[in-house]
Amino acid sequence: MIMTKKQSTSKVEVPIIDAKIPAGQLAEKWTNYKNTQKLVNPANKRRLDIIVVGTGLAGASAAASLAELGFNVLNFCIQDSPRRAHSIAAQGGINAAKNYPNDGDSVERLFHDTIKGGDYRAREANVYRLAEVSNSIIDQCVAQGVPFARDYGGLLANRSFGGAQVSRTFYARGQTGQQLLLGAYSALSRQVGKGAVKLYTRYEMLDLVVIDGRARGIIARNLVTGKVERFAAHAVVVGTGGYGNAFFLSTNAMTSNGSAALQVYKKGAFFANPAFAQIHPTCIPVQGEHQSKLTLMSESLRNDGRIWVPKKKEDAEAIRKGKLKPTDIAEENRDYFLERRYPAFGNLVPRDVASRAAKERCDAGFGVGNTGLAVYLDFEEAINRLGENVVRERYGNLFEMYEKIVDDNPYKTPMMIYPAIHYTMGGIWVDYELQTTVKGLFCIGEANFSDHGANRLGASALMQGLADGYFILPYTIQNYLADQIRVPRFSTDAPEFEEAEKQINEKINRIMSIQGKRSVDSIHRELGLVMWDFVGMARNKKGLEHALERIREIRKEFWSNVFVPGKADDLNTELEKALRVADFIEIGELMARDAILREESCGGHFREEHQTEEGETLRNDKEFAFVSCWKYNGEGEEPSLFKEMLAYEFVERDQRNYKA
Amino acid sequence: MEKNINITLKVWRQAGPKAKGKFVKYRLENVSPDSSFLEMLDMLNEKLISERKEPIAFDHDCREGICGMCGLYINGHPHGAMGGTTTCQLHMRKFKDGETITIEPWRSTGFPVIKDLIVNRNAFEEIMQAGGFISVNTGGVPDGNAIPIQHDKAEEAMDAASCIGCGACVAACKNGSAMLFVAAKVSQFALLPQGQVERAARAKAMVAKMDELGFGNCTNTGACEAECPKNVSIAHIARLNREYLSAKIKD
Repeated sequence: MIMTKKQSTSKVEVPIIDAKIPAGQLAEKWTNYKNTQKLVNPANKRRLDIIVVGTGLAGASAAASLAELGFNVLNFCIQDSPRRAHSIAAQGGINAAKNYPNDGDSVERLFHDTIKGGDYRAREANVYRLAEVSNSIIDQCVAQGVPFARDYGGLLANRSFGGAQVSRTFYARGQTGQQLLLGAYSALSRQVGKGAVKLYTRYEMLDLVVIDGRARGIIARNLVTGKVERFAAHAVVVGTGGYGNAFFLSTNAMTSNGSAALQVYKKGAFFANPAFAQIHPTCIPVQGEHQSKLTLMSESLRNDGRIWVPKKKEDAEAIRKGKLKPTDIAEENRDYFLERRYPAFGNLVPRDVASRAAKERCDAGFGVGNTGLAVYLDFEEAINRLGENVVRERYGNLFEMYEKIVDDNPYKTPMMIYPAIHYTMGGIWVDYELQTTVKGLFCIGEANFSDHGANRLGASALMQGLADGYFILPYTIQNYLADQIRVPRFSTDAPEFEEAEKQINEKINRIMSIQGKRSVDSIHRELGLVMWDFVGMARNKKGLEHALERIREIRKEFWSNVFVPGKADDLNTELEKALRVADFIEIGELMARDAILREESCGGHFREEHQTEEGETLRNDKEFAFVSCWKYNGEGEEPSLFKEMLAYEFVERDQRNYKA
Repeated sequence: MEKNINITLKVWRQAGPKAKGKFVKYRLENVSPDSSFLEMLDMLNEKLISERKEPIAFDHDCREGICGMCGLYINGHPHGAMGGTTTCQLHMRKFKDGETITIEPWRSTGFPVIKDLIVNRNAFEEIMQAGGFISVNTGGVPDGNAIPIQHDKAEEAMDAASCIGCGACVAACKNGSAMLFVAAKVSQFALLPQGQVERAARAKAMVAKMDELGFGNCTNTGACEAECPKNVSIAHIARLNREYLSAKIKD
């Protein structure tokens, strides 16, 4: 990281950070980089150890690829198997610019769609590189035996996702994430079998160890024995996913957490754009007080499903009271509000746009379901057009999943859906090489911030995770490791390891000894409600400031009144949750702080004060065309702001228009 | 909306791998029929915590039926009596008011108990590491469309590939056999052109590892298929047997 100059547009001078983007034309940058970067020869690779934390699409693909190259890899996951990382739950598909359907796609177009979808808040060079390697991902996965959907001629099938006018999404039924992850997991298992990867399952990273300014290891807790252990390496890669569970209710898995990201932030890595969280429009609505998570209904359903609410308020009211059924509402009395507002993209507008439109209708009193916080996703037209069998082949497993949860048959009555927190575009700041502001610490997949700007397009998370792990990190990390070949293996007896372990044990003991009255979940739920109400789909300054106040109260409550039963040196799921919630509280505060700073609306970040007359996001490119990067300054201290300026050299910023 | 129910739970509690386990009875009132089985357990755990007791340890993660982490033996059935369903997708509307529900961990020599309802499924990892892959490194592979695959073959491979590795098949089997798990992977790759090169070696390596780890033999009772939350068919076991035999004959 190089500090180049200070920017003084606002009152205080904010330091600028440099992303080390290679020179040259956009289409040549990655090639130029690869042609000139430093490499590590095979004999030296054997002497270098790399820790990879996480086994999702990014972590597993990176661990496998690095081991194939000859590095020694230590790979960690929370679950009992790498195959259970939350990438497994991704449903709809993965984008690539193959242009197999001959419908006008290209690397250039995928790049533009992604930049526009991210509301011009992503880094040009990274997004172009992502689009560039997208095709190789499909080839790689096919070679691994991923059973993608195929046409009758035996070639790969495609479907459409939001924010695109081409069909570039490859899929394996509604289980694409599962199949891609199993592909990466197979590759990883092969390396574990060979001894090239040492796998640590049921381990959770609790701290990063930094020696002389470089990442040299981690502290992790063995979740079975409760023992806190030390691991050393020449470089550390964090691929631990997003922090959406700060909201308690989200589509993330129960153990998905932001702790690894927060730990590296506390050790000097900058946290970028924490406010950028994605609210997914099509989730099964909240049903009751005991609900532990929300379930996503894939965006692919919007290929054939039509979203509507009643046109008349009295109809909506009657439905809420159970006096009318959706099938009782005549066609002319239905408001297909996405098709009405965005004729060019219709039901396939990007997620942030679709979510806000649904919220707008519900807030205006047209919502359905007994809470009024739901809209319909209707397949009647598709079933009439294609037949029930075709719909079943395309979405059968999603329909089944819906029926199991809601106890309602979506072939007969429309699904009910509502937006929910799904993904975080923000994350650890990385430069072009995916290196953080701590030397030797890399961050990949959802855990970093780099490619999606203020809103991620559907089917692009899988693309980014695998791009980072298969095709980007294995190159860029060598540029760093080339200088490390003379560095001998580290002993975990170094004082830095001792100190880090001591602090973790102290933290654990502190939590165990509170012995208060509140369960971890009850505090997490309280935090989640504050996040959803004030740091959610629509934000304003007053609400965000209130959230900051409430989060501080929740922090106090946690550290004085939480109750964790059992022992620390045992399998203790309450202690695991407590450690994560302590970090979610910090992340929540950072999100609110960042949302206050960003006095504009862009993508998933909607500030009510900044909107067009039609209720669309209103960006302020003059003042906010930057990545906000937060540097940790110690407990109780305010973090300081750094900026990465998003100078667009190749794309002209436009107001996103999905209408025409 | 249906009214809330009161239930009695008989839950297996075991402090550690070597500790002696036993059933403990709990009474739980006012359970919403719309809550999932695991949310019901969350509720019980919240109650235990409020009584300053240690909550029940159980595995779970995605709670949408795909990660394969959850696995409880409910009233004598892995993932409960409802077909094609993981524990996390099972809802309390399937239980009656006043019912007693017995919850146990997977019981199999291949899966030793770690604590309460959590078992060690590491044996599945070892089987995968023995041959559950196509040996291609990252990069240097042909274009995706250079390998055409018949639609129906791709669909059948996908049926096999939908296995979530939960271990219900082993728990359901009176012999503690892991055949359905192994068959699903062997079958997926045997059906695809990409899997042909290592076809024989894969079948042999995965079966040998399974045998080495102490899983039992398959006696075709079909219990695994009946209890599989993803409805993976025992037709894949038949394919595995053919693959294994023909590989052995070639030796």
